[in-house]
Amino acid sequence: MKQKSVAVVGAAETTKMGKIPDQSVIGLHADAALNALADCGLKPSDIDGVATAGLSPVELAYYLGITPTYADGTSVGGCSFMLHVRHAAAAINEGLAKTILITHGESGRSRVGAGGRFGGGSSSLAGQFEQPYGPVGPPTMFTVPVLRYLKTYGLTEEDLAWVSVIQREWAAMNPRASFRDPITVEDVLNSPMIAWPFRMLMCCLVTDGGGALVLTSADRAKDFPRKPVYVLGTGESVETPMVSQMEDFTTSKAFRVSGKKAFDEAGITHKDVDHLMIYDAFAHLPLYGLEDLGFCKPGEAAAFVRERNTAPAKDGKPIGKLPLNTNGGGLSYMHSGMYGMYALQESVRQLRGVAPAQVPDAKISIAHGVGGMFAASGTIVFSNEAP
Amino acid sequence: MPPRMLPDPTPETRHFWDGCREGELRLQRCTECDGGSYFPPRPFCPRCGSRKVETFKASGQGVLWSYVINMRPRPDMGTEPYAIAVVKLAEGPKMMTNIVGCPQTPEALKLDMPLKVSFAKQNDDISLPFFEPAGA
Repeated sequence: MKQKSVAVVGAAETTKMGKIPDQSVIGLHADAALNALADCGLKPSDIDGVATAGLSPVELAYYLGITPTYADGTSVGGCSFMLHVRHAAAAINEGLAKTILITHGESGRSRVGAGGRFGGGSSSLAGQFEQPYGPVGPPTMFTVPVLRYLKTYGLTEEDLAWVSVIQREWAAMNPRASFRDPITVEDVLNSPMIAWPFRMLMCCLVTDGGGALVLTSADRAKDFPRKPVYVLGTGESVETPMVSQMEDFTTSKAFRVSGKKAFDEAGITHKDVDHLMIYDAFAHLPLYGLEDLGFCKPGEAAAFVRERNTAPAKDGKPIGKLPLNTNGGGLSYMHSGMYGMYALQESVRQLRGVAPAQVPDAKISIAHGVGGMFAASGTIVFSNEAP
Repeated sequence: MPPRMLPDPTPETRHFWDGCREGELRLQRCTECDGGSYFPPRPFCPRCGSRKVETFKASGQGVLWSYVINMRPRPDMGTEPYAIAVVKLAEGPKMMTNIVGCPQTPEALKLDMPLKVSFAKQNDDISLPFFEPAGA
């Protein structure tokens, strides 16, 4: 790897060692982190990159009050932290983050708060402060902020329904889409209620599938048989493992931070973007995404969608200026659980010029993903022209 | 019906669950920065990183911030649809909860309606903080 000047500037262990029955796993991570920060005279707000194993980097960042542009959750056993150091060096060299915190904490003997990863255990933050109130997976979690969003901007269920309707138009053009029959706003609003105000046709599919990508240097890419799709810019961030603790229910901080970082890295403006993918596990996500990525002002995405700016050509109306989720999205194409891979695949197809619903002359595509329930975000700016 | 999914307190959150059992909603605040109160509990300030924090009794007042009505109840939650709600506390933090003493319908559950805390004993250790209309 590139030998640049990356160094360790802070290092510390937990305050106590041995048998620590009065601190949980996340508490040990935080204790070690605060000691390491004190060692180098920094505060959590000075940190813009996090890495950890055994605990989700989302939990670590949220717990410490860090808004990162780099999150590494590589978890491959006891040597994970060596890999974190290596990834951190590469990340700092590439400008993904400036100051990265790597933590470890384990209640191996006392087993306090050692319930599992990603909010699984009853002693985790979500296990204590969300699960007791009856959520049943994404349809009842991801959707919790939406009534506040609708009220803030004077929107209704109909505005959510339009997202589903227009994505079905794209799906109709895609022979591999799970659902291809046209639907109307009335169809969406008459579909079974899942979790008020969300109806079945505002929720993603549950399907089986997979995808893979191969990356190499831009120099080598020219020698391969397929048209290269270049990575122009990237972004990432995390906010909170608990949807109830989002800073603002009308906007995702992880989306905003990730999107801005990707635009800055790519050196592009919104006008340069020919094609957009926004991970749509539910109908509100494209609305939050359009606003948080800066394509629309707060509260204006619903009208943007309804006015067919993201839609295919239909009944003599031209294709919208920002074709969105052109494979049909998680709402109509497929959703196996971690849909981000399919958003990336569609961006690559569009830039190779081989998509079933091809956007003419697409040169720049953005694939914007979400992880957890607004917990994390990643944004990739692609181009089919060598940078 | 299986027993309700309940929290398993850790040393860092014990004061909160002890408070619920004793009929007090407890929040924390930093004594070094003016970052205000915070939730969920942790032994340092999530805004400045200081370990100098204190626990205090909150007012128990708030407003209905957002919610969904789950039409497919979790087995430990009974058979009727119920609201999974977020209350915005008078002190600032948001908290997930259930709304009691009120029909679980969009008509009855109006955003920004005033709420007050109401503790529901689950066992000798755990009482859950629910919220009910403040006029009730």
